[in-house]
Order: sequence, then structure tokens, then C-alpha cells
Amino acid sequence: MIDFSPPKPITQMNNVVETVAVNMMRPVSRYFDENEHEIPWDFIKFMHTAVKAMGGTSMAPKEKKEEKKDDPKKKKFPPIGYQRLGHMVEMLSWGDAGIYLCTPGGMLGSAAVSAAGTPEQKKRFLTRFMGKEPVFDAMAMTEPQAGSDTSAIRATADLDEETNEWILNGEKIFVTAGDKALNQSNGFIVVWATIDAEAGRAGMRSFVVESGTPGCKVTKMEHKLGIRASDTVSIILQDCRVPYENVLGSPTVKKTTKGFKGAMKTFDATRPIIATQAMGIARATLELLKEELEKNGVTIRYGIPRQKLTNIEREVIDMEVQFRSAWLLTLKALWMADNKLHNPKEASMSKVKAGDVVVRITQKAVALLGPLGYTRDMLLEKWFRDAKITDLYEGTGQINRLVVARHILGYRGSQLR
Amino acid sequence: MYAFSPTEEQQMLLDAISRYTENDLGPAARDADEEAQLPPGLVEKGWEMGVLQASIPDEYFGFGEHSAVTGVLAAEAMAYGDLSATMAVMNPNLFVLPLLFCGTEEQKQEFIPPVIEAEWKAYTAALMEPKFDFDPNDLATVAEADGDDYVLTGEKSYVPFANEAEMMIVYANLEGKTQGFIVPAGAEGLEVGDRQKLLGLNALPLFNVKLDGVRVPQGMRLGGSDGHDFAPIIDSSRVALAAMAVGLSKAAFDYAVEYAKDRDVFGVKVAQKQAIAFMLAEMGTEIEAIRMLVWEAAWMLDEGMEEASKEAYLALTGAADMAMMVTDRAVQILGGHGYIREHPVEMWMRNGRGFATFSGLAMV
Repeated sequence: MIDFSPPKPITQMNNVVETVAVNMMRPVSRYFDENEHEIPWDFIKFMHTAVKAMGGTSMAPKEKKEEKKDDPKKKKFPPIGYQRLGHMVEMLSWGDAGIYLCTPGGMLGSAAVSAAGTPEQKKRFLTRFMGKEPVFDAMAMTEPQAGSDTSAIRATADLDEETNEWILNGEKIFVTAGDKALNQSNGFIVVWATIDAEAGRAGMRSFVVESGTPGCKVTKMEHKLGIRASDTVSIILQDCRVPYENVLGSPTVKKTTKGFKGAMKTFDATRPIIATQAMGIARATLELLKEELEKNGVTIRYGIPRQKLTNIEREVIDMEVQFRSAWLLTLKALWMADNKLHNPKEASMSKVKAGDVVVRITQKAVALLGPLGYTRDMLLEKWFRDAKITDLYEGTGQINRLVVARHILGYRGSQLR
Repeated sequence: MYAFSPTEEQQMLLDAISRYTENDLGPAARDADEEAQLPPGLVEKGWEMGVLQASIPDEYFGFGEHSAVTGVLAAEAMAYGDLSATMAVMNPNLFVLPLLFCGTEEQKQEFIPPVIEAEWKAYTAALMEPKFDFDPNDLATVAEADGDDYVLTGEKSYVPFANEAEMMIVYANLEGKTQGFIVPAGAEGLEVGDRQKLLGLNALPLFNVKLDGVRVPQGMRLGGSDGHDFAPIIDSSRVALAAMAVGLSKAAFDYAVEYAKDRDVFGVKVAQKQAIAFMLAEMGTEIEAIRMLVWEAAWMLDEGMEEASKEAYLALTGAADMAMMVTDRAVQILGGHGYIREHPVEMWMRNGRGFATFSGLAMV
């Protein structure tokens, strides 16, 4: 069955989220861009209450509990968790991509716990999101010398057998929401480190480091091109001790790269989500562009030959083609994730495409509106800056091209480096 | 509820088409292009699958319901084999579907059944015109009311099978609106000119057609004396062409992938070079993205949504660009070999460019 109509629950949710975007994000968008490192607490507190009211610990889709025995009277609906999350992130990013990243209950850290943690770990680390105060989590993977090449990670984890604790050492950079996770709430970060430097990727494990753990310190808050409402921090781990039970998954080093592959697997869901973030910015831009053009007497004529169109019309029409096709590609990747279809190729495709498209659309839009587009009177120039992050994090456009190419060609990493 | 996989019924049809493209269309494509002729029996075999018949209700002697989604899936799968042959097999659509969408009850009863019989027959349509800024909604060919008749005057081009067509729908400008008129072969003033020689589509016979005061009685105006809306016709054409662009691009892409995995360079396969691998990644991504856009446009048409026309236009706009990008890169990946006619990629590149030009040459 081929069907492009959004499921009703998603449409209903979208209306609510749109109200949040319009009323709680857009009005303060410029302020939090110009006052980097100030925290949008009003939005955070509101979202905390809202997510709690929806019964979720975080925005990420919940793992389905044991299916209740088939009730023949009850119609079975296919899962839509990732599609729903994608729509929500798109709408919040339409509101403000930086403020969206301040949504508590976060994603990447808890996504890793959800994906790789034991039931005890999930209980220990994830219930905190249901508390009175908003809580954040973060993923600490990148190091100064290890960006896209995550196998070059040097942070170490040594087991102190006497105390049964892991001792973490190393430096992490580009940790999104790291300050909020460690210093502004009772949250945690998930740190990637090696337990056996000789073992390469097979030695990689992820460790939960909770807020307040001695030896774990935020050392720097980055100043960025865009998404300034969201903190991006450096973290130093110096003889940072965490309990043995804080390692996610199996601690024994086998001759497999399962731990590493576990990290990569979370990308199958997170990459299309970043793509939806890109699409939110792109939609905001296209809407504003067309509105401004219309105010200035330019309406776009569809359905006539290109030879008869003005240059502006051609540009806008091409943007719309790119925008819509990227969105549908993303939707398909999310739909595959929901239906447990193997989707790493589609996940990376959606990220490649959406990242490209939003960068192109925002760059073109600034230029098309001439002296108006370049000013800070409009949010356009901000979206131009915000957009670029979607082509960088969760795998740059190039890394994702590499992933797509490997899948297309049936190559392993060793065959296509 | 979002869903992106064909139904079982659609999948069965696609499997049948895939066998046909693989066994018949694909192998015949190169020679057909060189000889400017489709081999005997090829089109008939494709016609036997009954793709069109399955989209015509039984009151007109078909055996199904019209579905643009099924249509684009079929068009995409068939064009994977060869564009000229696909357009030939689906040529009767150009006559039947406008009748189905816009015809009066009498017109449907009279004109649809003879076309969808077991044997493929040349029934066609004339929309395009020889001018650089050809606009299907602003035709140079005019229709003027004269008593109970209409009089058609103008020049048409890219009319498939015009030389042997038993009837054709001629589109003309009637007081600013594009209207279809059913014109039988041999009508006075109807002159089928020379077969056209083009950049691509070499195996599809396309003709110039002149209309010099061709008289058409009112009953032969599509939709009767009240005429018809042109949107369903051009929308259907746009999604059909866009779907074919996707199928053709997929063929070029798959060919380039296989070649790149086979070709040695500097001690590795050329596909192992990022410069090539990244091109392939982008080609695959573009094809899949535009494919979704085409599917959505077709779905919107089936749902009768207002935005369907715009979406169909966007789909063809995007598909034309994508087809050029993908086929050009396929040639590039083969390097000098891509330029040699032993490989099909140059043919796909020539055919691919046509999607920016073609209008009304396919319908679903």
C-alpha cells in the first residue's frame, strides 16, 4: 500500500506542537541567538511538563512492551513512534532549531541507554526524566583528534578491580547539551571510551557518567555559527570513577565490534531525525521567502514551461522540488525504522539530502531577498547559520555519502575507506 | 497512515513487468535505437500484460479501476528497460485515458472498447508543437467554432504513430483553453508529415502533423459541447513522464554501479575511489528522493487533492533534472567508454534529456 496521508495522532500532535513553536519559540528566537549561552528556561519547563503529561520519559519512542494477546476486536495499528518524533522535531525546528535542542529528556544519551542498556540500567538512568525538574542528557563521542573517525577515540576506561569501578580519562568535545546535562540538571552523559586500546573498535564501550561525578568537568562552552541557544561543550575526564554497572552492554572484550556497531545502529534512527530538523528550517525559510516575495508583488506560477518563468520563479520551484523530495525520503527512512526494516542506507540518504537541501535553500533565500535577506531584521540570516549544523553533526554529509556508497556497492569499510 | 510499499496486486504486476523489461525490452533497446525501429512482437508482448486494460472499469470492457499510483509504478518499471518501447506499449493510453477522465458517457462507450482489445492498435494524441516555449496551456494550434463544427488549424509535432493511427486526439486552443478533439485518420486537412529525427527516443516513431482547417463535429469534442478541464490530462502526463524518468535513471545508475565495481584502476576497483563512490551515493539518493515525489503526486491525483496539479508539475520538473544529472554521471563514471555506443549509458543520457521537453507523450 502506498499512502502519503499522515496518521491522525500525528496530525493532532502537530497542531499542538505548532502552537508551541509559534508562541514559545519564534518570539524569543532572536534573543537567544544574540545572547549565546543563556538558557531558554520557559521553553524547557513547558516542554518538561508537556512531555511528562504525554507519559513519556523522553521524546524518543518507547520500546514496545510485550504485545498484549491479540484482541480480535481491536484493530492493530502499525508503529509510528519515529514518524511522530520526526514530525515533532520538524515542527520544533521550524520554530527554532537551537531552542529545540534544549528540549529536556533529550535524545542521544538516553537513546544510547535505551538501545544498549539492561533493564536495570534503563530504570536507574531514565526514570529521572519523570521527576519534578527538567533533566538533560548528552552523548560524548567526538575528541579533538577523532571526529568522523570515531575509531580513533583515545579516551580510556580502566577497571579498578579493588573498588569495582571504571576509571575514565580523556577529553571530549562538541558535546551537545553537555552543560545542561552535567551542570544545570541531575542528568548524565554517555561517554565513549576504549577498554582495550589494542582491540580497536572491539574495545569501544559507552559509560554513563552522572552529573556531580568527581573528575568530570565542563571546560569550555563553544561559540558557534548558529544554533546558539544550545550549548556545545568540551569535557575533561580526569580519573573519573563510575560504578562497574555504568558500562552499557557487555564489558568483556571479544573479537567483535558489537559495541561499536551498537553506536552506529543508533544512527539509523537519529540521522533521519536530524534530517527532519533540517526540513523544519527549510520549511520556515521557504514560507518566509514566498511571503516576502508575495508582499513585493511576486507570485510563483506553477505549471508553465521553464522558458516562460522568471529566474526567481525557477529558483523557488526548484527549492520546492528539493524540499518536498527530501522530506519524503526522510519520512520513508523513519517509516522503515518504525517497521523494523533495515534502513542504514535510507537513514544516511535522508541526512545527505536534507542537509544539502536546507543549506542550499537557506543560502539561496538570503540572496534572493537581496538587501532585505541579509539583515538581522529577519530570521532568514539566522536560519542560514542554523542550517549548516545539519550537514555536520550526526555524521557530516561526506560520512553519510560514504555510508550510502558502501550500501549501494555492497562494500565493507575496508573496501571503501 | 504513511506506507511506502506496493500492494500484493501491484507487486505481481511489477514482477511481470520486470520479467518483460529484463527479457525483452532491455536486450532489444540498443538495436532498436540504432535501427530506429522496435523489433516485431515486442510492443504486442508488452500490451498483453494488460496494464491499461486493468485501469479501465468493466463497463468499458476493461477489468479494473484507474489508479495513477499503479500507473506510475508500472511506467517506472517498464522504462527501466527502454524508454522508446515503454512509450510505444503505453501509447494507447494517450487516447483512452483522456476519454476516461473527460469524455462524455457516449464517447467512452464508443471509443474506449475498440482500443483496449487484445491487439495493440495505434491510437494516439497530438499535443506538442514546434516552438521553443511550447506551453500545453497556451497552444498555438487553434480551434474555432463554425456552426455545429470546430475548425482546427495549426502545427503539431512529436505525435507518436501518427502515420498509422486510426484516430488521434488533437489538442487545440479554443478561446484560451486547451481542448481535445477526436480526429479520425484521413480527415480532410489533416496531413501527417515526415517522421522526426531527434536526439533520443529513436525507436519511437514520432511525426509532425499539420492541421489545415480540419473540421470536427461537436460530438467529437472531448467532453461534448461543454468541453473539459485540461488539468487531469496534463497532470497524468506529468506523473507518467516523471515515473519513466525515474525508471530510466535507475537503469543508468545500476549500470554505472556494476561497471564501477568491475573496472580496475590503480590496483583497486574504480568504485573504491571516493570520487566515484560519492557520485554514486548522490545519484542513488536523488533517484530515491524524486521517486517518492512522483509517488506522492500520483497518490494525490488518486485522492483527488487540490494540490495534485502543482505536485505533478514539481515531480516532472525534479525528475527531468534528476534524469539529466544521473545519466550524465553514468556516462562520466564509465569515462571514455561511456561515450561509446557499445554501452547503453549514452542512449540513456540522450533519452534522459528529453524529460525537460516531453509533454503528453505518456499518461497513466
